[in-house]
Amino acid sequence: MSEQKKAWLLLADGTLLEGYSFGAAGESFGEVVFNTGMTGYQEVLTDPSYYGQIVVQTYPIIGNYGINTDDMESQKSWVQGYVVSEWCKYPSNFRVAMTIDEFLKKEGIVSICGIATRTLTKKLREAGVMNGVVTTEYREDRREELLEKLRQFSIVDAVKAVSCTEVQEMGAAEGDRAYRVVLMDFGYKRNILRSLQSRGCQVTVVPGHTSAEDILALSPDGIMLSNGPGDPAENTAIIAEIAKLLHSGVPVFGICLGHQLTALATGAKTIKLKYGHRGANQPVKDLDHDRTYITSQNHGYAVDGDTVDESVGYVSHVNANDGTVEGIRYRKYNCFTVQFHPEASAGPKDTAYLFDEFIDMMKKGGK
Amino acid sequence: MPKREDIKKVLVIGSGPIVIGQAAEFDYAGTQACRALKEEGLEVVLINSNPATIMTDKAMADKIYIEPLVPEVVKKIILLEKPDSVLPTLGGQTGLNLAMELAEEGFLEQNSVKLLGANPETIKKAEDRQAFKDTMESIGEPCIPSKVVNTTPDALEFAEVIGYPVIVRPAFTLGGSGGGIAQDPEQLHEICDNGLRLSPITQVLIEKCISGWKEIEYEVVRDGKGNVITVCNMENIDPVGVHTGDSVVVAPSQTLTDREYQMLRSSALNIISTLKIEGGCNVQYALHPDSFEYAVIEVNPRVSRSSALASKATGYPIAKVAAKIAIGYSLDEIPNAVTGKTCACFEPALDYCVVKFPKWPFDKFVYAEKTLGTQMKATGEVMAIAQNFELAMMKAVHSIELGLDTLTLPQLEDLPDEEIVKLLANTDDERLFVVYEAIKRGISFDEIFDITKIDKWFLAKFGKLAKMENALKEGELTVEKYRAAKKLGFLDATMRRLSGQECPEKLLADYKMADTCAAEFTAETPYFYSSFDGDNEAAEHIAAHDSGKKKIVVFGSGPIRIGQGIEFDYCCVHCAWALKEKGYEAIIANNNPETVSTDFDTGDRLYFDPLNAEYVESLLATEKPYGVVVQFGGQTAIKLTKHLQKMGANILGSSPDAIDEAEDRERFDALLERCGIPRPQGHTVYTTEEAIRAAGELGYPVLLRPSYVLGGQNMIIAYSDADVTEYMQIITAHELENPVLIDKYLTGIECEVDAICDGEDFLIPGIMQHIERAGIHSGDSISVYPSQDLSEQVKETIVDYTARLARQLHIVGLMNIQYVVHEGKVYIIEVNPRSSRTVPYISKVTGVPMVDLATRCMLGERLADMGFGTGLYPEKDFVAVKVPVFSFEKLKDLDTQLGPEMKSTGEVLGVAETFEDALFKGLAAAGYKFKRPGGILFTVRDQDKHEIIPIAERFDAMGFDLYATGGTALRLNKNMVATTSVRKIGEPSPNVLDLLESGKIDYVFSTSSKGRTPERDGVRIRRKAVEHQIPCLTAIDTIDMLSRCLISGKKIEDISVVDITKI
Repeated sequence: MSEQKKAWLLLADGTLLEGYSFGAAGESFGEVVFNTGMTGYQEVLTDPSYYGQIVVQTYPIIGNYGINTDDMESQKSWVQGYVVSEWCKYPSNFRVAMTIDEFLKKEGIVSICGIATRTLTKKLREAGVMNGVVTTEYREDRREELLEKLRQFSIVDAVKAVSCTEVQEMGAAEGDRAYRVVLMDFGYKRNILRSLQSRGCQVTVVPGHTSAEDILALSPDGIMLSNGPGDPAENTAIIAEIAKLLHSGVPVFGICLGHQLTALATGAKTIKLKYGHRGANQPVKDLDHDRTYITSQNHGYAVDGDTVDESVGYVSHVNANDGTVEGIRYRKYNCFTVQFHPEASAGPKDTAYLFDEFIDMMKKGGK
Repeated sequence: MPKREDIKKVLVIGSGPIVIGQAAEFDYAGTQACRALKEEGLEVVLINSNPATIMTDKAMADKIYIEPLVPEVVKKIILLEKPDSVLPTLGGQTGLNLAMELAEEGFLEQNSVKLLGANPETIKKAEDRQAFKDTMESIGEPCIPSKVVNTTPDALEFAEVIGYPVIVRPAFTLGGSGGGIAQDPEQLHEICDNGLRLSPITQVLIEKCISGWKEIEYEVVRDGKGNVITVCNMENIDPVGVHTGDSVVVAPSQTLTDREYQMLRSSALNIISTLKIEGGCNVQYALHPDSFEYAVIEVNPRVSRSSALASKATGYPIAKVAAKIAIGYSLDEIPNAVTGKTCACFEPALDYCVVKFPKWPFDKFVYAEKTLGTQMKATGEVMAIAQNFELAMMKAVHSIELGLDTLTLPQLEDLPDEEIVKLLANTDDERLFVVYEAIKRGISFDEIFDITKIDKWFLAKFGKLAKMENALKEGELTVEKYRAAKKLGFLDATMRRLSGQECPEKLLADYKMADTCAAEFTAETPYFYSSFDGDNEAAEHIAAHDSGKKKIVVFGSGPIRIGQGIEFDYCCVHCAWALKEKGYEAIIANNNPETVSTDFDTGDRLYFDPLNAEYVESLLATEKPYGVVVQFGGQTAIKLTKHLQKMGANILGSSPDAIDEAEDRERFDALLERCGIPRPQGHTVYTTEEAIRAAGELGYPVLLRPSYVLGGQNMIIAYSDADVTEYMQIITAHELENPVLIDKYLTGIECEVDAICDGEDFLIPGIMQHIERAGIHSGDSISVYPSQDLSEQVKETIVDYTARLARQLHIVGLMNIQYVVHEGKVYIIEVNPRSSRTVPYISKVTGVPMVDLATRCMLGERLADMGFGTGLYPEKDFVAVKVPVFSFEKLKDLDTQLGPEMKSTGEVLGVAETFEDALFKGLAAAGYKFKRPGGILFTVRDQDKHEIIPIAERFDAMGFDLYATGGTALRLNKNMVATTSVRKIGEPSPNVLDLLESGKIDYVFSTSSKGRTPERDGVRIRRKAVEHQIPCLTAIDTIDMLSRCLISGKKIEDISVVDITKI
């Protein structure tokens, strides 16, 4: 115990939590959010949507099955910091490649353990998400300096930071190529790609800022708008391109940030949620079919349902817990979008059928 | 989908008596279901033969039938009550099988009764081995290579194809009865023969043995719309091969990646959707530890022990939700009672770890085979919640009441390393402790894993505990070390013991809420567990919800075990209800996940924690209650008395001194002398020599028992010096803190009273008489209310003695006294200044709400003001017969001969206008089939020989073929009762064992002067009878009663049913 190096988490409201360092040493600022998933920490760590955020795991024993080489949702970890109650020194699983500590060190993620994560979660729930800093270099005389930096901190240009810069031809993983899909990368999770590939789609990943013209020039059968980090409203240029894509008539399927950007492109507004939805147990009601599904989610913003123009589209899915918008079907466009993650990873696969719907759309809506 | 309008009156079928594999979890499920249905304004009719349950309480249903759970009776009730629906999925396998039978023969349809929550096709698909396999194959869910067979030769042939070892699983049996793992053809022959016999459809499954794979379970719920959720998954620490009921289980799974977790979750949802179950379902998986290969082991299309555990582990009330779904609601329409904000269509997120630990009966049944396999042997379990695995594990060990404060089992400490390594291969009740011992000695995880296949994650966690335990023995106990150890679950007392130092500070526990959502939403549920991080949510909750009411803590009874069963939970729950009713805040502390008491809305607050001094101290520090109640929680709660007194707690009811006076032999003797009450002569001894001397003085037979007992633990009747020596050796093998009591054994009529006392006055709801003469534990005796053979004078004496004791001891609350009437004189056998196992049934049949009144006495009210009078309550004009139920078929090698040591796991009740009818019902409910004529085998000890003559004559007159072993046959034939003499065990075939296998025998009556050890002839005969499901009686009085029922020639349908709410 005593040889463990100390670390601190300082929140923008002045709360200081002391724990022990693991992962990388150093100092890192971010927006502190909590995730309630009981499994799937590797997917969380590598999900680009967490760009700019310090993630708190509510499940208290993290790292049990180590880190493996398969379950990466992108090539690296994007979180700004990582907060757990206890991390596991002796992981056990047949795919273990390294411990979570080794991984976080490799990725340079400043992490802290020994934190009363439930108490912290309650604070974030009551006060809302707030900025914070994880540091191994805290001193009382640095407090004001750090608090000032926390006041300054905000997540900007998030999509740009996580999106690829080159067009990538991914091909179809399984079966015959049936459809050509362009996946706009706002920070896509690999399982979106895999979900398309396993359904026979030949996927071209394009950078998030690619113009509609360039995308349409690829003659896609469908366009997939990925998840991604940050405040959706800051992506004005992308939103304008999406509006053009919608008018093209090519089937469009949007997930998470893709869903929010589409809503913004059609005149709706987004709002920031108090503490967002991050976990693998969020119930979503499909209003068209009167069915409720358990979904994986990771978002801090949501589409304001009151701003959805009824003539353009309608709210097709709502969150069964708090009634927030979880999906929109567009009347005017060949498009549907969802706030949650049908590709799961981490989380339940119950809504994977939406990818099949997208395939059906392409079948019908093909040129 | 709102409530169905075509459902107005529902018949709920309970699960019957507590047996191994079907215990209190169904009282919890049934009680939740009844409440959920009544909440919806539905009329509820309930049938359950188990009188100790809360679900058979008047408040739970509109009509309650404590009747045998047999098709004839259920039909009768359906015809009488005309329910429009029946809910069979909450009564365990018993309820489900009954409903299936009625559905299949078309009875339900003929009477326009709908089957809710399941349909026969679904049930068949899940429970019939072949249908299940076919269904799984059709949806691409892998099963273990297996084949359904109806004969042993077929089994042997298939085993050759798939290779040994193979598992034998009989169809339609409780808790996997009759199953087992066969390593070779010889073993397969034996297990398969037995399994086929136990299966009601003579069918077993022969399956490839996948021992060593991870065993994972999912609890799944589906509604009529097709919405599906998983409530929880669980990982068995013991890999596949040990019944999940006998496994140490952790929730949620710890060693599964999200990919594995979701793969199995999707599979479980796929299965429940395919089976179209509307309600709860349990799916068990085997997962290959080194690949994604998995296999579905089993599906239970109903609520189960695992669903009760999952409910308590997560706060998600599965049974309640299942009941709402059964009457038409969909998951999204049912609110989440925990948060009050969200709906039931979600999946709980835990921010803690749960460990379930089984309670086995081997501390009482020292000769029973302890090997664990596919047949469940645990009688109960405890659950522990904590923010890390180590603390949860330690709490579980503290809760299980084995006298352990760490995972160190003292008797293993002296064994050499080679012996420990050898023991690792034994899959028995001590394996986890052996693993721990091995880790402590530095035996490598790899070596331990190779032998046990227990995942190294768990081994590493045990390793952390072992390291701390070793570290505490060395060096200074610093504050840092103390705190670290505290968070791993080491008690202050343990640290003092290990370090030989005082603790540097005193860290009390704080509390966290189990809220289903990992703090994502604010929750209102007052469901707490202890932690050590300084954030006390219970204290906050108390402050925020200050009602101004006085707070009283009710201590529960811990795990269900032989001698301390569901009855005590009944008492605790009623006490909590009475306290709430009287304007107090009732706080429940308990650790048994199966029970109603640990339902979060039974009391005002629930603390799910170990019931030991240190945890209780923290609880008191947080709650600062006005008073505490120990007398309803059995010995578990009573044991806390001394500690509570030291902590200055206000113990309501009888004083600790009264408890001590009743339990301390010398003080008790003095008390009896003061009261002028005779008792069988006796002495207190510490050594074998003293015991033999005392026995000689008293004259054989003598009764031996340790002081401070419950359930007749380690109690025997000794007939010789040899018996005394054997007994003293066993008892002194354990630590002998308290002396052994040795009493003259008096034969006679045993009777029992429970009395409610307010310190001066007393009320006896009724005098119960035991059918079996003294010498058989009261819990194992057939008991009749009102007494049938006591003279007015004897009754008066009993009332008088009870009054004297109540006043002398200043009893406030409940008291149980056992008497023996020997040659017309009343002697006292024992006094228990607390609730007893007869309280629920006597409350129900007399209509005297005993716990309610006792609680009010404890709050200071006078009995005279309660409207039930004082003294002996007027006798009712009907008869109730309580019959014990045993789980002998689950406990190999256990002698079934009844004696002073309790062996039953549960009980049933027969209620009728006459004693004969009530007895008939009771025996029918206990499973007797009343076959006549047929064959009966007598093999009795000398002292019983003259008494069986008239009984044998009776069987002879009914046309039975009489068989008896040598001496018994000779005696019967001499007395002109024609009996076929049978060769003894060890004599050439055909001998008595062959006879038992022949199918000619329908009843066995067997007694022997010596018993217990499995190799004795008498024990072997009785075990053989159990294995062949031949009713085996071991007391003259029991067979006497059975023969009377047989002579009457009645059938169960001839006797009218009684709605006990009308009593």
